[in-house]
Amino acid sequence: MLTKRIIPCLDVTDGRVVKGTSFTNLRDAGDPVEQAAFYYREGADELVFLDIGATPEARDTMVHVVEKVARQVFVPLCVGGGLRTIDDIRRMLQAGADKVSVNTAAVQNPGLLRESAAIFGRQCMVLAVDARRSSGDSAAGWEVCTHGGRKPTGIDALEWIKQAVDLGAGEILLTSWDADGHRSGYDNELNRAVSELVAVPVIASGGAGTLEHLYQALSLGRADAVLAASIFHYREYSIRQAKEYLAAKGVPVRLR
Amino acid sequence: MNRRSKTIAVINYGAGNLGSVANALSKLGYRPVVTGSVSEVLNAHAVFLPGVGAGGDTMQSLEASGMAAAVLKLVELQRPLFAICVGMQVLLSSTEEDGEHKCLGIIPGKVRKLPQGLKVPHMGWNQVRQIISHPVFSGIPDNTDFYFVHSYYAHPGDSSAVAGVTEYGIEFCSMLIKDNLFATQFHPEKSGEPGLRMYSNFLKYALS
Repeated sequence: MLTKRIIPCLDVTDGRVVKGTSFTNLRDAGDPVEQAAFYYREGADELVFLDIGATPEARDTMVHVVEKVARQVFVPLCVGGGLRTIDDIRRMLQAGADKVSVNTAAVQNPGLLRESAAIFGRQCMVLAVDARRSSGDSAAGWEVCTHGGRKPTGIDALEWIKQAVDLGAGEILLTSWDADGHRSGYDNELNRAVSELVAVPVIASGGAGTLEHLYQALSLGRADAVLAASIFHYREYSIRQAKEYLAAKGVPVRLR
Repeated sequence: MNRRSKTIAVINYGAGNLGSVANALSKLGYRPVVTGSVSEVLNAHAVFLPGVGAGGDTMQSLEASGMAAAVLKLVELQRPLFAICVGMQVLLSSTEEDGEHKCLGIIPGKVRKLPQGLKVPHMGWNQVRQIISHPVFSGIPDNTDFYFVHSYYAHPGDSSAVAGVTEYGIEFCSMLIKDNLFATQFHPEKSGEPGLRMYSNFLKYALS
């Protein structure tokens, strides 16, 4: 049986791991290569790097980080943040990323998804979406935010995700703008709506504070994978603890 | 000659996860050569055929680069060969990905699309049930999880080469072994320690 994936996320700026609350207020903590190797040894199913600085200079730094990580971490690596062109994507894949995630660039130029999926395969193309509740009522839907969550676009998130999958996105990295950084649980109405909408895997992101939150995203939210940063980053829980907790609840996970 | 000083080629035909396979082999203490040279491939002691992307495109690249003929020659010579993901799929007679495409025909059978109703690609860690006993599985327990990412699967015409199977909506062949030819639908180079162990076992077996 296909197992549910547990994915630690490393937010990186200028070659250092950081973790913020609602995309601002960063705290510096750690070398990304060491962090990645640590999570690999702990049994992470995959690693996501988000380059949240993403200036051109920071991009070069990130390429080197990915090269170093790929030499010692033998699980899939996904890299995102500021990738705008086919060449940007190619560079990250050549450095050792298995997948790239695109967000703002895909909203501004949806053709990027189609073009890069045709060149690299759709399994490489992850659409990252920052979705913000349009009002307190879930019936009103969610709005896509770009530029690291700072810029609301007025675009309906569910419509955009459906279109992006048609264009070539092979997976959705779905972050709840409202829940992110608050550690009070994922937006599982959002997770469920997207998981039921598209036939590609959905990674739930934003809001994990406890192991129960991971379980809820995979059960209520019907996500295929859960992404979390701070609960692993500050060692509140190990990946192993998370997996054992989920396994005890009947969720198929990889334990070795 | 020390096993680790033997030549290991990773076939470069302009696609695929070459870096990852080479990184895994380097981690095991080998010095792989990533090469697009047919003669270098034919002279290697063991060869890896990676693959990512579509089966039809992959066949086209293999043909255009002369590597299709090289792979057939390697098999004829019984040279140790490890094919991965789409590299496995092109060993069969044909694929139905993006229309019907002829493949290498080393293993009789077809490459089919995974059934509807489940998320595609089949992406993530899934168990490989070992249905033969082989040194390549040494130290790897039955039903160990390996990393998969694919939308099509190999359906060999005869089951004699099937070494491992995996369940995703259907039970499909996730590993083939025929003499010195090894092939996995999953990515050992992305499957953590068990994956590295499988490459290590293969090279020990193939180069001894």
